[in-house]
Amino acid sequence: MFDYYNLEPLLMWIHRTMCGIMPEWLAFTIEGIAVGIFIMVMYAVLAIILIYMERKVCAAFQCRIGPDRVGGRGGLLQVPADVIKILTKEIIFLKNSDKFLYALAPFLVIMASILTFSCLPWNKGGEILHMNIGIFFVLAASSIGVLGILLAGWSSNSKYTLIGAVRSGAMIISYELSIGISVLTMVILCGTMDIQEIVAYQENGWNIFKGHLPAVMAFIIYLIAGNAEANRAPFDLAEAEQELTAGYHTEYSGMHFGFFYLAEYLNLFITAGIAVTLFLGGWMPLHIAGLEGFNAVMDYIPGVIWFVGKTFFVVFLLMWIRWTFPRLRIDQVLILEWKYLMPLSLLVLIIMTVMKVFGLVF
Amino acid sequence: MYFIFLIVVILTAIALVVAAMTIAMLIAPRSYNPQKGEPYECGIPTRGESWVKFKAGYYLFAILFLMFDIETVFLFPWAVVVAQTGVYALAGAAFFLGILILGLAYAWRKGALEWK
Repeated sequence: MFDYYNLEPLLMWIHRTMCGIMPEWLAFTIEGIAVGIFIMVMYAVLAIILIYMERKVCAAFQCRIGPDRVGGRGGLLQVPADVIKILTKEIIFLKNSDKFLYALAPFLVIMASILTFSCLPWNKGGEILHMNIGIFFVLAASSIGVLGILLAGWSSNSKYTLIGAVRSGAMIISYELSIGISVLTMVILCGTMDIQEIVAYQENGWNIFKGHLPAVMAFIIYLIAGNAEANRAPFDLAEAEQELTAGYHTEYSGMHFGFFYLAEYLNLFITAGIAVTLFLGGWMPLHIAGLEGFNAVMDYIPGVIWFVGKTFFVVFLLMWIRWTFPRLRIDQVLILEWKYLMPLSLLVLIIMTVMKVFGLVF
Repeated sequence: MYFIFLIVVILTAIALVVAAMTIAMLIAPRSYNPQKGEPYECGIPTRGESWVKFKAGYYLFAILFLMFDIETVFLFPWAVVVAQTGVYALAGAAFFLGILILGLAYAWRKGALEWK
């Protein structure tokens, strides 16, 4: 049904054509460079769109207008102007900091977010890293990010950054458990770890509808924990401005700081993208049983538009949460995870397993 | 084939940081001032050691995290095959999960989850 929008034959055709006119190693090199440039461009464009969206959504929630001067009434050029500004700022290295770790931290943070970013299923056959352990790889790669945060805080040789990093580390590793278990719940439902097969499993109904109540619970747990993973309010106490100035990246300046900012926004997109893949059907169109005409119209919309649309919907949900709830205290954050979300997600896991084994899911 | 793309992605991440840093280094101004090397602390000179001691409570949560993270890693292969293996796999994992839930209950009862 979706074969018209399957990218895989097209990509294989390009590869075969290139291998026909040049040696294989050269074809691989050119393809690798093309993929690399594609990732970088997507990364930058998405970051600009997300930052603009965040500022506009935040302004709307606070009854303000938001950016409206640079680039017409909409303020469309505000974020590109900020990017240029941040590039022209001086990069300061501190006197007593651990220089090697200080320079290494942005690499780790960006590495974690690009590795997870390249696993997202944009379309049928349209993912960069296709592995049979896809979702497990995403979990593994995303935990590199916390190392970068801890290193950034530790190596800066400042009290604020150290406290911010330790808080952030404790929070991110705690919430990783809930994310892991709600992903596990969905792996049990789908019976595979391959991201494309997880999406393919949802062809006749998204997981959130197929899995009844446990899937809905797992989705809510994933959203809460994902918000904490992305270091956003109400869990942004790692960079609580009133207490810690900017948390673990206080001492970073110019583009060095920009990497953390970039990774933070892309992690928001990745969290939403994985949520869409696991629960909301990835690039699968919305089908309502019985409405044949409606389903046929929905099939004409390409998968990539479905994926990006759903992801931006979840991003909007996360922004809504961010600008609505006040910040939690560190003990409240850890208690919420260990005393509420953790037992709840274990319960959801057991219910889902029983349902799957006794065939109670669709 | 997939391994090549994994290397490509890792190299892309490194290239992104290096390229942006190079551009920033080229066009950013540079000036020397001893005050710039000081760590930020509300505008006054830093007092004492900056690498301060922090609460042991964070460490406790990290240890608890290790236990449950490894549990998740062990459960992933099981999750893929549980539907085919049926009730037998369910019983095995129930035993495994039971021990871990008892562990969490023990930590809770001992007060390891309290923030003191």
